[in-house]
Amino acid sequence: MSPTRVLLAKPGLDGHDRGIKVVAMALRDAGAEVIYLGLRRTPEEIWHTAIEEDADVVGVSVLSGAHLSLAEVLLAERARVGVDTPLVVGGTVPAEDVDALRAMGIGAVYPVGASLPHVVESVLALGARERTA
Amino acid sequence: MTTTETTDAGIPVATFYAETDVAPGLAGRLGAPGAPPFTRGPYPTMYRGRLWTMRQFAGFGSPEDANARFHFLLEHGQSALSVAFDLPTQLGYDSAHPSARADVGRVGVAIDTADDMVDLFEGIPLDEISINFTINATAPIILAMYLVAAERQGAATADLAGTLQNDILKEFLARKTFIYPPAPSLRLGCDVIEYAAGALPRFNPISITGYHAREAGCDAVQEVALTMASAIAYSEALVARGLAFDSFAPRLSFHFATTMDLFEEVAKLRAARRLWYQIATERFGATEPASGRLRFFSGNSGTTLTAQQPLNNVVRSTIQCLGAVLGGAQSIHVMGYDEAYEIPSEEAVTLSLRTQQIIALESGVARTADPLAGSYFVESLTDEIEARARALLAELDAAGGAAAAIEAGIPQRWIAESAYRLEREVSSGERPRVGVNVYATEGDETHFGGAFAADPGVAERHAARTTERVAARDADTCQAATSAVTVVAREGGNLMPPLIDAVRAGATLGELADVFRSVFGEFREPRPW
Repeated sequence: MSPTRVLLAKPGLDGHDRGIKVVAMALRDAGAEVIYLGLRRTPEEIWHTAIEEDADVVGVSVLSGAHLSLAEVLLAERARVGVDTPLVVGGTVPAEDVDALRAMGIGAVYPVGASLPHVVESVLALGARERTA
Repeated sequence: MTTTETTDAGIPVATFYAETDVAPGLAGRLGAPGAPPFTRGPYPTMYRGRLWTMRQFAGFGSPEDANARFHFLLEHGQSALSVAFDLPTQLGYDSAHPSARADVGRVGVAIDTADDMVDLFEGIPLDEISINFTINATAPIILAMYLVAAERQGAATADLAGTLQNDILKEFLARKTFIYPPAPSLRLGCDVIEYAAGALPRFNPISITGYHAREAGCDAVQEVALTMASAIAYSEALVARGLAFDSFAPRLSFHFATTMDLFEEVAKLRAARRLWYQIATERFGATEPASGRLRFFSGNSGTTLTAQQPLNNVVRSTIQCLGAVLGGAQSIHVMGYDEAYEIPSEEAVTLSLRTQQIIALESGVARTADPLAGSYFVESLTDEIEARARALLAELDAAGGAAAAIEAGIPQRWIAESAYRLEREVSSGERPRVGVNVYATEGDETHFGGAFAADPGVAERHAARTTERVAARDADTCQAATSAVTVVAREGGNLMPPLIDAVRAGATLGELADVFRSVFGEFREPRPW
């Protein structure tokens, strides 16, 4: 089976990229193909690249507290382009917002304190489900 | 326990240290406090003369919201202010900009105009209270607005004290709020330093920072080397403009992290002072002792704080604050225990301030300068960190200096690789984190009631106010002043004087940042892989 393809990006204006780069390296070491788009990416750029790169999972990281509004515009753009690739969110997400994000349609949420092995396993599982779907 | 113990930066640590572990000539490497090479501190009496400045970073929402938090902090005994700006302000967008919406007032205060700056400091005398501004890409514009706010209060510029972060090199390295490419960014930063050298005798026009690279993942030795490499790059650029090193160097200030490895952190801060003195005298021929006297602000490390068992963070912050004091910091910020995932609550901020006050007033550590001097271990570690940082500095020099190394992505790779290594060590349990990988219990993540919630209406209200203020300004005066900025940006010369005129005439931060975008272009980070 070909490796899981994961697209990672930072939406919004926040530049804290330590976490997303660590996750990118860990996914790569776990055998995934990682496409890292970098900072300040718009929803249009993210989904355009996701389709072009045939991503199985899209992951974004937000450490500015703007996760709810950014998730909303990212999900709206996903609906507009008509794909259902799982979208996962990591960052400084307080507990009450984890449920809110899940209810909006976010595939998985990795708040502060999520362990690296858990994040890798969860992203790869979502990707595998996407491959067999 | 492993058989080989090392510090966080990987320096081997012996079971015990003796006189023979310290190289001969220690007295010359130390000097007295306040005397070259300043290993023991920048001032002769240190905290007996004056305690460090307790400066908690704060700001969110509208200028009025942030102003209320400032008054709260001053009422609780804080001695200076430190302004956090929201991301649109840091990246040169007014609150009404479509890219700004989600981020207005979130991680700091939203500032669009000089009038906003007036509101921000309402009731706070700028000729008495020193202000720190964490601002970089838009630092010249923010400084101009601050000067206009001071002017409206009737404060004399010679009395203004504080610090503008204005260190754009480390933004490319770690913090990432760059807008323009490195070369014009460096020009803007140097314009500020050059202007301040003449006009602002009590103001630090730059805070050369290793803190963010450290928080992004590098180790203590790399932090020192990267900070020195940046200081060298700014100094070379200013000397190339024809400025004498001694005319600006005494106002250069520094910013380091203080993290958990107590002795390594103290040794790092002592080594940094000695190294800067050597660089100032050997590379730049400093003749004024103050040119080689490193003064610094210390921030505690947010990345050492955990979401699990968050009260443990109070203990972590106390150790880090103690390290900063033993290392001789001039001003200190202590993290809020809830800061792993939110803007600190008033309760957490107050506790951070109390932590500083207890160390200052009850522990007795402030009674004498550099109390760890002469410790076999601390002196040996200070020498070792200095030697290792020098070796890394030589690597950066060989790569063409800080700016060229950053453009080639060299230190960014150090940072990313080191962050990944640390995370794997935590995952494997090799690096203990109490409450996370040792002594962890289920359901440890405390859910705070009344967590900081951004005001959802702030973006709209603030954008509307800016629209009103733009409508009320004299359009022709503002247009002429903004054009003058464009001309100087294109043709050369110091941008501060035209920027001050432009913000006084009501030009907005977004308009002026757009002028620079059109002249300088925008920078997009190269892919790391």
